[in-house]
This record gives sequence, structure tokens and C-alpha cells, in this order.
Amino acid sequence: MSQYSEKVMDHFANPRNVGEIENADGIGKVGNAVCGDIMNLYLRVENNIITDAKFKTFGCGAAIATSSMVTELVKGKTIDEALAITNRAVAEALGGLPPIKMHCSVLAEEALQSAIDDYLKKQRDKA
Amino acid sequence: MKPVYFDYAATTPCDPEVVAAMLPYFSDRFGNPGSMHAFGQKTKGAVEEAREGIAAFLGADSGEIVFTSGGTESNNMAVKGAAYARRGKGNHIITSQIEHHAVLEPCHFLEKEGFEVTILPVDGDGRVDPDDVRRAITDKTILISIMHANNEIGTIQPIAEIGKMARERGVYFHTDAVQTLGHLPFTVNDLNVDLLSASAHKLYGPKGVGLLYVRKGTRLTPFMHGGEQENKRRASTHNVPGIIGFGKAVEMAQGSLEKEVRDLIAWRDKLIRGFQEKIDQVKLNGDPTRRLPNNVNISIAHVEGEGMLLSLDMLGIACSTGSACSSASLAPSHVLMAIGLPHELAHGSLRFSMGRPTTAADVDRLLEVLPPVVAKLRAMSPLYHKT
Ligand SMILES: Cc1ncc(COP(=O)(O)O)c(C=O)c1O
Ligand code: FES
Repeated sequence: MSQYSEKVMDHFANPRNVGEIENADGIGKVGNAVCGDIMNLYLRVENNIITDAKFKTFGCGAAIATSSMVTELVKGKTIDEALAITNRAVAEALGGLPPIKMHCSVLAEEALQSAIDDYLKKQRDKA
Repeated sequence: MKPVYFDYAATTPCDPEVVAAMLPYFSDRFGNPGSMHAFGQKTKGAVEEAREGIAAFLGADSGEIVFTSGGTESNNMAVKGAAYARRGKGNHIITSQIEHHAVLEPCHFLEKEGFEVTILPVDGDGRVDPDDVRRAITDKTILISIMHANNEIGTIQPIAEIGKMARERGVYFHTDAVQTLGHLPFTVNDLNVDLLSASAHKLYGPKGVGLLYVRKGTRLTPFMHGGEQENKRRASTHNVPGIIGFGKAVEMAQGSLEKEVRDLIAWRDKLIRGFQEKIDQVKLNGDPTRRLPNNVNISIAHVEGEGMLLSLDMLGIACSTGSACSSASLAPSHVLMAIGLPHELAHGSLRFSMGRPTTAADVDRLLEVLPPVVAKLRAMSPLYHKT
């Protein structure tokens, strides 16, 4: 369907980093109020750097592509750098999304925030 | 591989014979049927011939057929036209939750104009209960509009029974037969209807032409005011090529209907059985037997419809979905909500609709292609756990 960019279709058809991480350092599970979709994001963090990220998503083509893209974007980033990633940045990295699909990229941003919050909380609990 | 179309409920290709019948009416025989001269009289004759053919197919008189611009206009004309014409008698309209928007929206418009509309629920298979209709009729009821068969889930309604009741109570009865004309055998008398809508592009005719059957004696307030066409019921110069194409399409349906129904029911049931065997947690939406021969609508748990649609499209299979994600309003299909489907199953709905060009090989290909698509998306789904 031509409503999506080539990059979106690529990430939808060949999503990167699908799955779960066992004993993940941070887990974000969020739902999308707009259309009822769900994303789980798993992070592996070593020395404050995100070394691995995986996702599972129940949602449209744009939701799957933004999930895939956000896992790619965060890998190798510090926690602070990852916190600065916005839904717009994810959408831009995909060559843009149709306006009606921008809310799907919000799901990815929220999942990332939530996974990092979970990581920080676990760190505090440990300390 | 050649792409396969499984979306005939959305629209059908014009049959080449239909196109051939239409072509002369764009240029050679271009006259206005309203003109007195030979140019006009030639096209008028052709339009009237098409009208007679279609009327005969419906078991109606040709004077009872009004040509329109499509199913949407026919539904608008029936609902609003009947409501305004009978305003003196009452202000109550009965319809159902699963009607096409081309019936529901005119009803909502009429509510703002002071009419009262009862929107009846349907059961889990999408059937309207005739007893619910009976109970809803009051002294003020002027119109009942219930569709013949639903475009999304294929459920066929007990139209004849409802029509009989409407007639006994002196209430006009309209049915939207856009999905059934040329696809199911019936006459207007079988169905006990006063008004019936149809559209040419659903039966291998051109887009932008339809009809409203108006039983003799049924009063309608016209809303296209202008010239005297269609006995002043619908002004505007006739869409001559469209009407000729519609006539040809109906003539062709007449010849192939019986065989088509037989083939399609066999393939429909093969698809339904096949999906249920090859994919776990699949639900059939709509009535299992009282359904359109060409319609398969299933919900696949824990996957989202737009994703399946996109994946199938990439593999050369075209279908449709009632998922919230694929609609402009980001709300799930009102029909799937009306049959009580949870949001999540509405999300995973797919409609496959077959047509005259569908082959046994197409059906087999679909049965092969869908299960791996579902498996791939389910592997990404946080909700899916194999049972
Ligand atoms: C049941 C039903 N009613 C009405 C319509 C509208 O018909 P048209 O596209 O000719 O306006 C359709 C098709 O989209 C339909 O399926
Ligand atoms: S996740 Fe529903 S529209 Fe994108």
C-alpha cells in the first residue's frame, strides 16, 4: 500500500529485533488509547549503555515499523541519549508516516520511556 | 505471480461485454433521451430497454425502476424521500445497527430534522429478529429499512418476513440489496418490499449508476429537483452509457447466477473450513449458512488486520479488514461491534469476497498464503500464546 514509505514497508516486512529478552534490565509495556494496540519493549543495559533491545507489538503496519525502528535507534545509546528520542525522530527515521498514523509512533516513544523508567527503578531498588 | 483479487464486495471489474455494450453510447449514440429528434429517441429506446430488462429480472414493472447515481443515492432517496413524503402520518423510522452508512447517515440526518429512529440490535450472527421489528412498530412508524445482506459479514436477513409485517401495518419497507442483486435469486414480490436499492458496480457493471425500485403507489419526496426525467422522481440527464451497462450486467447475471451461487458456496465453505483447520483461534463472523455465497469474514485472534492486509497485498492477495487501524476514524467496524465482537477480535478481522472471475486455484492459493502470514505476525504479537 502506497500510503507508507519504502522504509516503513521494509521495517514492516523485515522487522528488526522481534522477541523478548530474558531477565531484561528494563521492560516497557504500553497500550495505545487511540486504537487499542499494544507494544512491549525489552532493554539490555550494560554500564549505562543500551546494548540490546527487542520488541513485541500488536498493531498496524506503522506500529510494527516504528517498534522495529526504535529498537534500532536505541542500541548503543546511553540512557540519557535514549530518553531524548521522540516519536517524531522515530517517524523521521522511517522517512515519515501518514498523519493519521503518527499516533502509532507515540506508542514506540511511550514504550521506550516506560522501559527506561523500569530500568531506573530497578537500579534504585538495587542500590 | 498474478495478483488475486478477493474484494468483490467492494467493487467488481466491468465485464468486457458490458463495456462493449456501453461504448457506442459515449459517441455514436450520444443523444439526450429527453430530446424529441431521432438522436434522442434512439438513446431513449435503449434506456427503456435496459429498464425493462432489469424490471423483468426483479419481477417489477419498468415504471417502478428509477435510475440513480449508485447505491448511496438510492438509499438516501428511499429513506429521506419516504420520510418526508409520509411526514403527515408519523415520524418514526426503524432500521438496524448493521446497515451500510448510506442508510444510517440519512437516518441520523433525519433525527436532527425531528424524526425518531429506532436502531435495532442484531444477534451474534448479525441477524435482525423479526419479533424485534414487530415490537418496535408504533402508530407513528412510517418506514422500516433493513438490508438484504450485509456487505461486511454477509449475513442474509429475514426480509420477506419483515416485509410481510410492514405491509400488514401499512408501513413502507425498504431494503438495501446492493450486495444481492445479481448474486442471489429473488424478486421484489418474494421479498415483500416497497423500496429496494441496487448498484451496478457490484455486479460487473460500471460505477456511478444504480437504481431504486419504487413499488407502484409508494410516495417519495424527490430531492433532485430540475427536469422531468424519471417521471420527475429524479431530475438530471440520464447516465446513458451507465444505464446501458447496468442493463447488460443484469442480463449477464441472469444467465450465470445459478452456477455462480453453487461454485461460490462450495469455495466459501472450503475457505472457512480450511482456515479453521490451518489456523488456531479463528472465528467465523456472520451467519454460517444464511450468508452471501461469496463472503468469508473471519477474526484471527491476537493479530491486527491492517498488518495481515499489507502482508497479503505484498504476496499478491487483495482483501479488506474491519480493524480500527485501517479506518480513517480509528474506530473498529460498526458491524463487528454490533455482533458483539470484542475490540480485539474486530482488530483481527479479514473479509475475503469472491466473484465471477475467482477460480479454484485462487482459493487454494489463499489457503496456502494466509497461515504463514498469520504465524509471522503472531510471532511478533505480545498477546499470542498457542493453545
Ligand atoms: C450494502 C451497501 N450499500 C450501499 C453501498 C453504496 O453503493 P455505491 O457505492 O453504489 O454508492 C454499498 C457499497 O459500497 C454497499 O455494500
Ligand atoms: S497501531 Fe492502530 S493505527 Fe497504528
